[in-house]
Amino acid sequence: MVGIVGYGVYIPRYRIKTTDIADVWGENGEAVAQGLGVFEKSLPGPDEDVATIATEAARNAVKFGKVDAKHIGAVYVGSESHPYAVKPTGTIVASAIGCSTELTCADLEFACKAGTAGIQTCMGLVQSKMVKIGLAIGADTAQGRPGDALEYSAAAGGAAYLIGEENPVATIERTVSVTSDTPDFWRREGEDFPSHGARFTGEPAYFRHVEDCAKLLFRTTGTSVDDFDYFVFHMPNGKFPVAVGKQLDVPAEKLEDSLVVRQIGNTYSGSAMIGLARVLDVSKPGDRIFVISYGSGAGSDGFTIRVEDEILGHRGEVPTVDDYIQRKVYVSYAIYAKYKHTINM
Amino acid sequence: MAEHGVAQIWRKIPSMYNVIGNHCTTCDTFYFPPRPVCPKCRRKGHLEDHKFKGLGIVHTFSIVRQAPDDFKTQAPYVVAQVQLDEGPRLTTQIVNCEVTDVYIGMRVRVCFRKITEFGHAGLILYGFKFEPTMKVTGHPDR
Ligand SMILES: [Zn+2]
Repeated sequence: MVGIVGYGVYIPRYRIKTTDIADVWGENGEAVAQGLGVFEKSLPGPDEDVATIATEAARNAVKFGKVDAKHIGAVYVGSESHPYAVKPTGTIVASAIGCSTELTCADLEFACKAGTAGIQTCMGLVQSKMVKIGLAIGADTAQGRPGDALEYSAAAGGAAYLIGEENPVATIERTVSVTSDTPDFWRREGEDFPSHGARFTGEPAYFRHVEDCAKLLFRTTGTSVDDFDYFVFHMPNGKFPVAVGKQLDVPAEKLEDSLVVRQIGNTYSGSAMIGLARVLDVSKPGDRIFVISYGSGAGSDGFTIRVEDEILGHRGEVPTVDDYIQRKVYVSYAIYAKYKHTINM
Repeated sequence: MAEHGVAQIWRKIPSMYNVIGNHCTTCDTFYFPPRPVCPKCRRKGHLEDHKFKGLGIVHTFSIVRQAPDDFKTQAPYVVAQVQLDEGPRLTTQIVNCEVTDVYIGMRVRVCFRKITEFGHAGLILYGFKFEPTMKVTGHPDR
């Protein structure tokens, strides 16, 4: 059965505290942090971008999976901060991890859910026997306009999933999606920062799509909340996934382990995928995981996943999500601005 | 716009993305950068390409505080000679740690970073640097 044969994440080492950003704009940092449910966020070093983050995550996934990179037949990198407008990030990743040139590759973009769209694409290619193993990556170095609400949450990180049929560490039982034309968040070509519909981003966008996708997934699989041990929802901030969990009657303890947003912020295409990795890190064989991603524009991808015994033989080789969360150094707003190139040199 | 030097960069990509040298199977010596002939065995040598594991220690290092223009955003930074576990030494940047925390004998591992970019519209050059080894939950050594 198709599933995850390896996974890995990468989170840069630098953090800035919500209170330090708030100080610059004369806001009450403690109140902002509590309100958003984001206490600090990750940011890339001056020599890191989506290509380096995706490569590090992919190298971890290959090592975790004990997979020969030459068996990877497809590479999809989902991001909204690809380093080049034209020149696929996936080509750099595939070369750096030692793939053969006999593979198909493309970069994907669907706001924060391009990575899970990559997983679905790889599932199709694997199940139709077009490729043996597919690599789907979600990675971003998200940008918020200085002073905008997004500046508190827009973060950097990525996750890579190897999708295949041979000895998966977790099987993907089912996937469904919902998609609609909803203009809650966008960025035009050549613009450095995205625009968003402020309050419009909540109810008709995030909540409607995540809930509709969750209900569709319950319906098509004939399951309910009680059938799952863990839930993962896209995390634009710490508040939205908790609120959607409440609306779906998900007990708080089934959601808690995925909420990496509190320590690292919203890693956009990496967000739900890092949340899932955090859950896979701590889960037991037999556990079932319910995942809903969300991308502005807008759409959601849903997955039901079962953890297999196989996972036990793969742990301890690459850093876990918590290992990366704990490896950190705080920087000031001035250093943050320098690294993000918002100071032009 | 046509750019010069792209072909040279393209040829170097495999040796910039991974630490690749060679290994003489006659005398069991590893080389980085790769040698055309084994200097010990000469004609009796037999060289094979070798991808290094990317683990080693800091042999010696220097902190760069006056950086060239392209590296100003990174300054201060560390340039070190790293001794690979297989034997050879190479010169590389050490990242992901405070410059004052680097020491001789520090355990490091390879990582993938941006080396430089040729202006705002030009190519971005990627390659290996080294970073301190990090905690891996469940790993027996750490
Ligand atoms: Zn020799």
